[in-house]
Amino acid sequence: MKVNAVKRQSYLLLSTLAMLIVLIAGCKKQPAPTPVAPPPPPPAPTASISANPMSVDPGGTSQLTWRTENATDVTIEGVGKVQPNGSKEVNPTESMSYHLVAKGPGGTQDATARVTVNAPPPPPVAQPTVTLSDEQWFQQNVKDIYFDYDSFTLRPDAQQTITANARALMQKPGFRVQVQGHCDERGSTEYNLTLGDERATAVKNALVAAGVPANRIDTRTFGKEQPVCTESTEACWQQNRRGHFLLNK
Amino acid sequence: MIKNIILLVLLALPAVAQTDWIRTGTGLGVEKVRIAVPDFKTASTDPANAPLLKTFNDTLYSDLNFAGIFDVVSKSFYPLQVPGTPQEIQLEPWGNPPPNAAMVAFGNFGKTGDDVAMQGWLFDVKNTASPQVLGKQYREKATNENARLIAHRFANEIICRLGGGIPGIAESRIAFISARTGHKEVWMMDYDGAGQTQLTKLGSISLSPRISPDGGRIAFTTFARGGVDLGMYSVELGRTVTFPRFAGSNLSPAWSADGTKLAFSSSMRGDPEIFVADASGANPKRVTANKGGNVSPVWNPKTGSQMAFVSGRTGLPQIYMMESDGTNLQRITEEGYAVSPSWSPNGQFLAFAWRRKYGPGAPGGQDIYVMDIASKHWVQLTHDGGVNDFPSWAPDGRHIVFESTRGGSTQIWTMLADGSQQHQLTTSGHNQQPNWSFK
Repeated sequence: MKVNAVKRQSYLLLSTLAMLIVLIAGCKKQPAPTPVAPPPPPPAPTASISANPMSVDPGGTSQLTWRTENATDVTIEGVGKVQPNGSKEVNPTESMSYHLVAKGPGGTQDATARVTVNAPPPPPVAQPTVTLSDEQWFQQNVKDIYFDYDSFTLRPDAQQTITANARALMQKPGFRVQVQGHCDERGSTEYNLTLGDERATAVKNALVAAGVPANRIDTRTFGKEQPVCTESTEACWQQNRRGHFLLNK
Repeated sequence: MIKNIILLVLLALPAVAQTDWIRTGTGLGVEKVRIAVPDFKTASTDPANAPLLKTFNDTLYSDLNFAGIFDVVSKSFYPLQVPGTPQEIQLEPWGNPPPNAAMVAFGNFGKTGDDVAMQGWLFDVKNTASPQVLGKQYREKATNENARLIAHRFANEIICRLGGGIPGIAESRIAFISARTGHKEVWMMDYDGAGQTQLTKLGSISLSPRISPDGGRIAFTTFARGGVDLGMYSVELGRTVTFPRFAGSNLSPAWSADGTKLAFSSSMRGDPEIFVADASGANPKRVTANKGGNVSPVWNPKTGSQMAFVSGRTGLPQIYMMESDGTNLQRITEEGYAVSPSWSPNGQFLAFAWRRKYGPGAPGGQDIYVMDIASKHWVQLTHDGGVNDFPSWAPDGRHIVFESTRGGSTQIWTMLADGSQQHQLTTSGHNQQPNWSFK
């Protein structure tokens, strides 16, 4: 014990010394560089871009005009490589910033013009557009249904999931879903296709019984063709014996 | 007491019946004809003849060996003097030990100009007075494919002559599904695994190919049309042709023996049921009406009126039989997991895949079985080697092609209908669901 404590102290001492040496070395004066006459710097590029008009209706036309000097490489994001000076008509469907980057031997200069797209009039029928957040919402709220071996009967736990899924789907009356019936790897390719078909139908019927309109639900079988798990274990097979939901766009 | 004994005997009977070994296929159980097939003599000085002759000799030997009715004498036993014509053959060395052959097939083969010509004979070694059983000659354009074709034709003649008049299958073909391109597509190959060719290029999932009786079309199941649907491939046109799309899932097509009807499984009216439609897809009519999947129909090729199929109506899938209008339903298998029936060309046997004892820890795997329909006696053809499925009878009723996972990947195998001579046909990627042509 004691020996260890002494050892640790000596380590501390050693490392402090080492740090000091480094510090002292760092403080040592560097020899001054010999002065060389610098070449005249190339002129820095200049860039400007403007949009007219600055706000349009969806799909409307706006004229972009840009000027640059001392630039060899001019690009506008979303448009591509362009001439150093020029103009172009754009038809944005949503508000966009046109970011111009002018590169030359003297450096890089950028400029931005923004075209605001006016909000479209509300569509006659409420039709929620599918966005990434919708997909995320769907994944979080509409869960897979799991089955027993060679069975398309809904287990009690599956019935609970169905109830929760139905509640979620009723909050989004515009969402259409595809129910996909999947099977584990055991048994025949053909028989498993009918089993997957029956699983998908059983899930659809349960959703309809829970209040989701039947015309919002499609069914499809995949048999054992698209497993999510490929090991030959019961844990894996259980993951594959499922009714899976897809948000239909 | 006597009553009890009778009961015991009755109970024991099915078990006894099940362990019986039955011989299946035509001509099996008969002693095999011992045949010698010396390499054909070259009849040409053209150096291009050598590779063609080798192809011919290898193919003829393999065809006769594969036929299942011959005991082909090993080439190391042959006399040194190789006959090319009837004038050159001496029968005694072939009939005496070591070859001990009953028959000898010999001849010559040569390329002249653009063509290749073969002269071949089959001699009965023991009939010294009039030994010639068969004499044939063929002439085709000199290609490797034609060297194979000539060998197949000569082999078929020999097989037909010595095999009870049943035509040989050396020119038959096997359709199958291969995933070797990354997608499951319909492929075709010769009966011996040569010439494997991709047919469909749908970039999706294709399954269950079934060759029409005339060989002109292949019905199959496709995922390429948005759901699970039937597809039709024309062998003549070399492309898929239009076929109606039905509601629900539609799969596992099967041709009637006359090629005018298709049976298939469809959930167009809810549950997966067996339907029968015209070969064009018109007039689909439902034949079964039971909860639980009904799938994998296959017609009796002999009567054209009966059908075997798979149904999960009582739980695990079992094989059933019925008239093609749905009457006279009878259950064929009583336990386990029984799928993928195939009806033998003579109408006498059903081959199918069966996991006889099912459940955790149950012994045995999924193997190929053949059942004699009249007696319900069955025999197991594969034994504890991976998962075996999708048997399909060859047109000679002597061979069965099937898929097996025994080597680690799913591949296509053939065997004689008594389970002997198991032989792997495919090696590249995963290959499944073989279907042997009608002729």
